[in-house]
Amino acid sequence: MTTAQPALAATMAAAPAAPPDEVVSFRVRDMDFCVGIGFVREIRGWTPATVLPEAQSYVTGVINLRGTVVAVIDLAARLGLGALDPGPRHVVLIVAIGERLVGLLADAVSDIMPLDADLVKPLPAQVAERTRAFLGAVVTLPDGRMLRMLDLARILPPSLGGLA
Amino acid sequence: MADLDELRTTFFEECEDLLDRLGSGLRELAGGAGAGPDDTVHAVFRAVHSIKGGAGAFGLDDLVGFAHLFETVLDGLRAGRTAMSPALAEDLLRAGDMLDDLVQASRDGAPPPAESLARAVAGLERHADGDGDDPLDDFVFEPVALQLDAPDTAPDTGAADPAIWTIDLAPAAAMYMNGNEPAALIAALAGLGPLQVAARTQGVVPLAGFDIDDPQLAWRITLAGDADRAAIDHLFDFVEGLARITVTRGAPDMAPQADPTGSAPPAAPAADEPAAAPPRPAAQPAPAAAPATVRVNLDRVDRLANLVGELVITESVLSQSLAAAGLASNGEIAGGLDRMRHLAGEIQESVMAIRAQPLRPVFQRMERVLREAAQATGKSARLVTTGADTEVDKTVIERLVDPLTHMIRNAVDHGLEDAATRRAAGKPEEGTITLTAAHRSGRVVIEIGDDGGGINRARVRGIAEDKGLVSPDAVLAPSEIDAILFMPGFSSKAEVSAVSGRGVGLDVVQREIQALGGRVGIASSEGAGSAFTISLPLTLAVLDGMVIEFCGQTMVLPLASVVETMGRADTTIRTTGTGGRMLATPGGLVPMIDLADRFGLRPPDTAGDPGVLVVIEGDDGSLVAVTADRILDQRQVVIKSVEDHCGAVPGISAATILGDGRIALILDPEALLHAAGAGPVAFAGGIA
Repeated sequence: MTTAQPALAATMAAAPAAPPDEVVSFRVRDMDFCVGIGFVREIRGWTPATVLPEAQSYVTGVINLRGTVVAVIDLAARLGLGALDPGPRHVVLIVAIGERLVGLLADAVSDIMPLDADLVKPLPAQVAERTRAFLGAVVTLPDGRMLRMLDLARILPPSLGGLA
Repeated sequence: MADLDELRTTFFEECEDLLDRLGSGLRELAGGAGAGPDDTVHAVFRAVHSIKGGAGAFGLDDLVGFAHLFETVLDGLRAGRTAMSPALAEDLLRAGDMLDDLVQASRDGAPPPAESLARAVAGLERHADGDGDDPLDDFVFEPVALQLDAPDTAPDTGAADPAIWTIDLAPAAAMYMNGNEPAALIAALAGLGPLQVAARTQGVVPLAGFDIDDPQLAWRITLAGDADRAAIDHLFDFVEGLARITVTRGAPDMAPQADPTGSAPPAAPAADEPAAAPPRPAAQPAPAAAPATVRVNLDRVDRLANLVGELVITESVLSQSLAAAGLASNGEIAGGLDRMRHLAGEIQESVMAIRAQPLRPVFQRMERVLREAAQATGKSARLVTTGADTEVDKTVIERLVDPLTHMIRNAVDHGLEDAATRRAAGKPEEGTITLTAAHRSGRVVIEIGDDGGGINRARVRGIAEDKGLVSPDAVLAPSEIDAILFMPGFSSKAEVSAVSGRGVGLDVVQREIQALGGRVGIASSEGAGSAFTISLPLTLAVLDGMVIEFCGQTMVLPLASVVETMGRADTTIRTTGTGGRMLATPGGLVPMIDLADRFGLRPPDTAGDPGVLVVIEGDDGSLVAVTADRILDQRQVVIKSVEDHCGAVPGISAATILGDGRIALILDPEALLHAAGAGPVAFAGGIA
């Protein structure tokens, strides 16, 4: 865990300064989220996870990523939107945060799109406190849709190297 | 620069081998055993010389200086100018240790340990050649090399044309295998002076009969000019032992087995040459006997092991899907799958075998530990090792050094009596520490024994009571008293000694061994000595596990800690006042843990049918019974780290991947025992 922390701090520090050039957008419940494409290692279909004892309720479990044990986080549960009941149609985004690999459970991946830095806005004040804690910024797309950019370091529980 | 770094790394890796060789040679010399003292002295000399040569190339002056002094003393011994004596043996052993330290220091870029270096240098200088020269200024190689090179022509040596060297170069297969190019060597020689090269082809067979392992092509090089012998030897440093090289002063026709033209093959066939070739001091015995080896980065082996693990899993997933599709009964498919499974299993075993290394280097290090401990305590002791060839996974070996060091020191410091006591007991003054390794039922068992006084149980108990570790009225069996030695905070020496003390006790050793999946046992008999037994898994990568299921979850219990399993019907379960349950066994009550409840999968189920009970034992002998719905299997599982990507999980030591590709967690028995509040059974009620 100690090795992951500095790397994490580095990503944190870099995030607000330079928004990613490209993002992967995905849907959780009816909301659109995105993360910088640099974090995403791969996107795979849902496979049943093994429950991790004594983990937070939003940690769905661990899956086998070609021989590596990777924890999967239910983003809906983490964001206070109610836990998903994952099935074959759900997807897991494998993201690398520092040295650590984590899976993010989402309903679907929507797009991989270039990002215009001008579209990245700070969070509006009226965003709920709970959601606000996990978001780095919002992206307003020309078509009016809004992408919430996840702050990955805050999504993770401290036991997985997150910032609490 | 990257190349240089790589070379440097290779040099230090080679140093390890050379130091090993040096260590065993020195011990042979000290013990007066070995394949004839001359051979041993030569072997030791060569090792020191090779280290010096390499160190010179990297500008490691401290190392070169010391190695040179060392060489000087060895050379005196080799030439018979110095006689072997116990004092010399001791100084040589210390010098060997020092060389080891200097190599480490050079590798780490640390300053050499000045004080011990001075001591080792002083020790060596006592034995340095009496011919008055400052050994550091005197390159000793030359005169001796000439004497030994060509005994037959020795009288001629002085008369030989000093301006001509005759060099015979006959590469062995190993030289080519290491990527050395004779042409490059000859080109380098050309830098020393004008030379004539003649290929000696008389042994060379037609291509059809060519044996790659037995190259016959050789060269005779006549080097004119006033090249230094040392400079010539220096060029051949890298191929030492890989080729038959003789360097003789004088024109070819004065040299033995003359071959003036090189074009007219003499009658003597090449096969006779080894007998005719005079022994060159720095020539190693033919390396053909040792199997060829390569150095491989451990990461690559690990990656291979990982991939093979995946292959095994993929195969089993495939066979399950075929079964699901109703194709499993097809003979061809089933047969093909069988063969694939078999092959994958064999590959897996082979990969594991790559990681396996003999324990010898660790055992050799222990010789030094013993020597230093004996010196520090003023006791005299020797180490007897058996089974040094026992192979164990490399990572296990690395992590064995600390616990073993501690136990050897402990055996010398606490195990052996002082000389007077030993005399009084009718034992030889020199104590014997035995270090034994052997494979036993899929594990490796290492025993550290001493012929000391055994554990003074009354004293151990007294100390434990004083420290409040054991209550005065507890009734303890001898083995339970012995086990006190492993309790944290117990140290039987009143003051922390420099040798085995350092504020840590055997409890640390036990923890280190347990971290390796091993167990430590102890046996002692009053007056005759004690023996500590370490039992370790052969590898950290696989584990014998019992696969259990509860609440739809599959988990693995390490088989090593499973004592027994029983069905619900065969057991008597008692409920304690606090809602806990205990399993009644002939040996007493054993606390029970409902795994499903422990991992929060369902509320405590105090009345329901627990399915099966598995009694597991901790390293301190404490027991706990865990409940599961059923036992699925007993098999070897490949251990995968959970911590790497998921952080530490309480109660879980690792994970494995099941045949269907899903993950099963491996339970940590110690954590379960801890959670059950199960103390060591023997001390239940006795621990204050």
